[in-house]
Amino acid sequence: MSLTTHFPLCFLFSLFQMQFMLLFSRQGKLRLQKWYVPLSDKEKKKITRELVQTVLARKPKMCSFLEWRDLKIVYKRYASLYFCCAIEDQDNELITLEIIHRYVELLDKYFGSVCELDIIFNFEKAYFILDEFLLGGEAQETSKKNVLKAIEQADLLQEVRHRMKSK
Amino acid sequence: MALKIVKGSIDRMFDKNLQDLVRGIRNHKEDEAKYISTCIDEIKQELKQDNIAVKANAVCKLTYLQMLGYDVSWAAFNIVEVMSSSKFTYKRIGYLAASQCFHESTDVIMLTTNQIRKDLSSPNQYDTGVALTGLSCFVTPDLARDLANDIMTLVSHGDCVKRKRCSVLIMYKVFLKYPESLRPAFPRLKEKLEDPDPGVQSAAVNVICELARRNPKNYLSLAPLFFKLMTSSTNNWVLIKIIKLFGALTPLEPRLGKKLIEPLTNLIHSTSAMSLLYECVNTVIAGQYCSSVGSVVLCVQKLRILIEDSDQNLKYLGLLAMSKILKTHPKSVQSHKDLILQCLDDKDESIRLRALDLLYGMVSKKNLMEIVKKLMLHVDKAEGTTYRDELLTKIIDICSQSNYQYITNFEWSVSQPVTPHPPGISVSWWTIRVFAVAQMATLLDNAHLLTGSMQRNGICEVLYAAAWICGEFSEHLENPLQTLEAMLRPKVATLPGHIQAVYVQNAAKLFATVLKSQEGNTDSTTAQETSQLMIDRLPLFVQSANLEVQERASCILQLVKYIQKLQQKDVEVAEEVIALFAGELNPVAPKAQKKVPVPEGLDLDAWINEPPSESESEDEQPKAIFAKEEPKHSRPRHTEVDEKELARRREARKQEQANNPFYIKASPSSQKVYQDAPGVEHIPVVQIDLSVPLKVPGLPMSDQYVKLEEERRQKERAEKKKKEKKKRKEKRSGRGKKHDSGPESEEDITPAHMVDIVTEEMPEVRCVSLQIQFSTSRIFNELSPSSFWVFNEKKSSKHKKKKQKKEKEEKEKKKKKKKHHHHHHHSDGGGEESVQNGTVEEEEPLPVSVYDIQGNLQDGSQVVVSVIFENKCDSFLKSMEFNVLDSLNSKLQRPEGSGPHDGLTVPFQLPPGVSNEARFVFTVQSIVMPQKLKGTLTFIVKDSSTHEKLDFKLHFTCTSYLITTPCYSDAFAKLLESGDLKGSSVRLEGVNMPFHHLLARICFHHHFSVVERIDSCASMYSRSIQGHHVCLLVKTSGQTVSIDAKCDEPTLLGNVLDEIKQTFSQC
Repeated sequence: MSLTTHFPLCFLFSLFQMQFMLLFSRQGKLRLQKWYVPLSDKEKKKITRELVQTVLARKPKMCSFLEWRDLKIVYKRYASLYFCCAIEDQDNELITLEIIHRYVELLDKYFGSVCELDIIFNFEKAYFILDEFLLGGEAQETSKKNVLKAIEQADLLQEVRHRMKSK
Repeated sequence: MALKIVKGSIDRMFDKNLQDLVRGIRNHKEDEAKYISTCIDEIKQELKQDNIAVKANAVCKLTYLQMLGYDVSWAAFNIVEVMSSSKFTYKRIGYLAASQCFHESTDVIMLTTNQIRKDLSSPNQYDTGVALTGLSCFVTPDLARDLANDIMTLVSHGDCVKRKRCSVLIMYKVFLKYPESLRPAFPRLKEKLEDPDPGVQSAAVNVICELARRNPKNYLSLAPLFFKLMTSSTNNWVLIKIIKLFGALTPLEPRLGKKLIEPLTNLIHSTSAMSLLYECVNTVIAGQYCSSVGSVVLCVQKLRILIEDSDQNLKYLGLLAMSKILKTHPKSVQSHKDLILQCLDDKDESIRLRALDLLYGMVSKKNLMEIVKKLMLHVDKAEGTTYRDELLTKIIDICSQSNYQYITNFEWSVSQPVTPHPPGISVSWWTIRVFAVAQMATLLDNAHLLTGSMQRNGICEVLYAAAWICGEFSEHLENPLQTLEAMLRPKVATLPGHIQAVYVQNAAKLFATVLKSQEGNTDSTTAQETSQLMIDRLPLFVQSANLEVQERASCILQLVKYIQKLQQKDVEVAEEVIALFAGELNPVAPKAQKKVPVPEGLDLDAWINEPPSESESEDEQPKAIFAKEEPKHSRPRHTEVDEKELARRREARKQEQANNPFYIKASPSSQKVYQDAPGVEHIPVVQIDLSVPLKVPGLPMSDQYVKLEEERRQKERAEKKKKEKKKRKEKRSGRGKKHDSGPESEEDITPAHMVDIVTEEMPEVRCVSLQIQFSTSRIFNELSPSSFWVFNEKKSSKHKKKKQKKEKEEKEKKKKKKKHHHHHHHSDGGGEESVQNGTVEEEEPLPVSVYDIQGNLQDGSQVVVSVIFENKCDSFLKSMEFNVLDSLNSKLQRPEGSGPHDGLTVPFQLPPGVSNEARFVFTVQSIVMPQKLKGTLTFIVKDSSTHEKLDFKLHFTCTSYLITTPCYSDAFAKLLESGDLKGSSVRLEGVNMPFHHLLARICFHHHFSVVERIDSCASMYSRSIQGHHVCLLVKTSGQTVSIDAKCDEPTLLGNVLDEIKQTFSQC
């Protein structure tokens, strides 16, 4: 109808609530990355570099949110690891913080008091847990027990095959 | 074959697995790149083998390297190979690698279609799981098109709950990539909203919420279903999603807001989950719930709790949400000023910045001084340059907001060392010149304090302004000689060049004044001493490296030498020297130059000397802003000049005006929706060196001003009370301007010096006062007033004069009902038509009402009508009920549960002679036609306890749906070019007024803004609350005015033109 009605649409044109999730160490080393928006490698690298710098520059007592470009960044530090998510403007920061916390709890349960090395050496496992928990940036399973059960069963399947193969 | 397998596994034993790779990288910190390149070579070898286990291992390592930033796109095909392995272990690794490495431009993706289809329909739920996860990351339009059906099958027939859940979620991605799939899939998606499994249900809610956020209109029909879910669900994740969805739907269906407000407030009260609470609060704020002030108050209370919490995160979010409320309900936020100011002490910088933002919006005339005082304290304390800069910028913004609208005491503002544009202020408001000069002289005298440790260009910029003020208004100086001496100190030479130049120039002006005063004396030696002082000090500046300083200094030096010679011959020179700088500077309106007629035979476009080249002519621009007024270049009126050039010149002119203190900028009161970014960079003060004490001895401290100001206000208040009593009597006689003394306490504060912000084009003083009032109310309310009318109850305007004369007698009679017609406009029609109603209660005492219809910017279908009720009789009125007969198109919004014919109770009673304002919200569906609504007001007169009734009509003109919106000429041109607009035109004959009056009238009465004006032709723009663009091209020749108009809604345009025509037919 009028010109203005077309305009906001391009702002709304973005995907599910979480755009991406990054895990990086205090030294700025990337430990895990999950992108829920299609971006080229070059862009991904640029964003990662910028964000890691921005987040690491923040003082420990500062709040977990910051505005970055047109996104909201929610991050939290657990021991030596930073968990960092990007969400859209209308999204709820607190629920994102909750998602991060859930994920950390899941890792903790799976690895048994998780540390950075666990994630470095078993990075594919960390991805599997994340995928089981979030799908396309949206929490698909909110029960911790169910997520772990699914992962364990899949692992079991993997091992059974391994054993069968080695026989 | 067996041997091959054995060989493969032996190979594997020697291969590096992922762990080895990671360990290796950690052990080769120094030559990581080299190590990795050898690893990649190994991986390439591994990928060449047939053994799928080796390949999977290699792909797994590649995934890790990809995360480290290495390019692995060359292995895309190998990843597909691993994906298609029949073994879950490898498949899982393959899909993981694909989801990390593939993107839309990866060409091998098209090879995966069949594999994915196979995995989706696999009996093994884990195969399906990894396929769905992978798909969610790398789905392309092609994949979405090919696999949409398979996913749909999973959604409807999937036996496994988990698979169903995933496939529902993945549908959203598919819809995004392949929108055609949405229509056939939607019914099934809708079914899933009522799925017995809460997980599937929440997945469906998720998907529909996200879809609805993109295009809410199509999902309105689901509102009842979601409402049911919302009241029954206990899952916070789902609730948050639903509430978000309603947030998107309410703007389309305002009734929804009414219905939602109760469950939302319940949730706010009951929930313990902060995320849910925050979501509810946000939705209430963003939604159109203007009728329920209660919920806003509740939100503010809850937010206060958040802000008071020790958790930084909650504090931050609380402030963020507060700033959203501030835009719509500033009053309720302002009462928490103390809390916000506390946040300035927080250790978290981002919280402090948020608080600053909030303060900016909270400033009013009353609290400006207090807030700025607090902020100045923080400037002293602040650590870190970014935060300090931000603080200063904010202080400047706060002060200069809307052209100094909130500054009631300019004396105070001048005494603040960081106040922007002191020259601007002191030129524009001559009343404070004397004061400003005294301040600035002290400042100059103590300049060493400021310059002391000034390696960077600290606040010396303020000296630039100070020097100029002292020179220009030197006659107000108490001790000009001392100031002259101060300006010529050798220290000055350390200042930046442009400031030195101003110093030198103004020293000359001062010198003239000093000479004048000294020549009056009989002793001529003092005058000669002064000249000697100049001659002694100036050579320092003559040697300056800065060209401008050098030139000015040497000119003046020669002049002074000449003067000295004359002085030695006892010639009186002071008069002549003064004449050099004669002429008082007065404020000049921005368009004043246009009014100066171009003398006959003068071609302003002709070059005096042919310019050598373009770039050099730029340099010739007079650099010295503060030189004496030189004839300004009038704008060339050549029509041949092309558009670009015009635009460029316009821009340059604007820039010049913005920097030039001689201009009063156009008043912001003309209802600008947004303001141009204030030219912060042009504000002289950029940084303050922290080691510099901001307190300059001799300057009155700002707290003294706060005190003074308070005393002054108290006095005023006392006076006002006296006056008010008088006024009230006057008012009873029905004399106009009720709105001026409304309940708005903000209006009670009179400025220390009356400063009228007047736009040049305003034809009548009366309009100006109205405009100012509008602009104040704007700050508190984002709603834009789109019309200001008077409610004519009975007598038409024709009777106005007669009635005024009668008023006195009538007052004595008192029994007689008086209705008064405020005629602010001569126009806006409707007055005559209203005559016929309300003839019943001739003998009754009645409240007089004034009404004002405001369109709601955020909601194209809402109009707020503010009615001022004034009791003009001498009995107490109570139980007032306001009712309107709804039409199909326009409906009065009534509280939930009341019938369509119930009246709204006016929430106050009216003692005699008192007026109060009530607001009523109307929903309007179509705004293209004007309309009238009939209504009645019933009330009880206390003395006689009789029920009385008053009929009235509300007239909604199309104009009242228009909102003044500024528009730039390029955007305007684009709009016209777009071809979406339909045209219409109208001719007005016999219009006998200057063109700018005509434009002002259209702007004022019909809410247009002038886009561009060239001679007797102007383009104008306005927007309706529903986003229709209305463009006018107004031309005049003689007494005929032709208006060509374009609008995307022809009916609306026709009506607006009719209304414009009526406006001019009545004058």
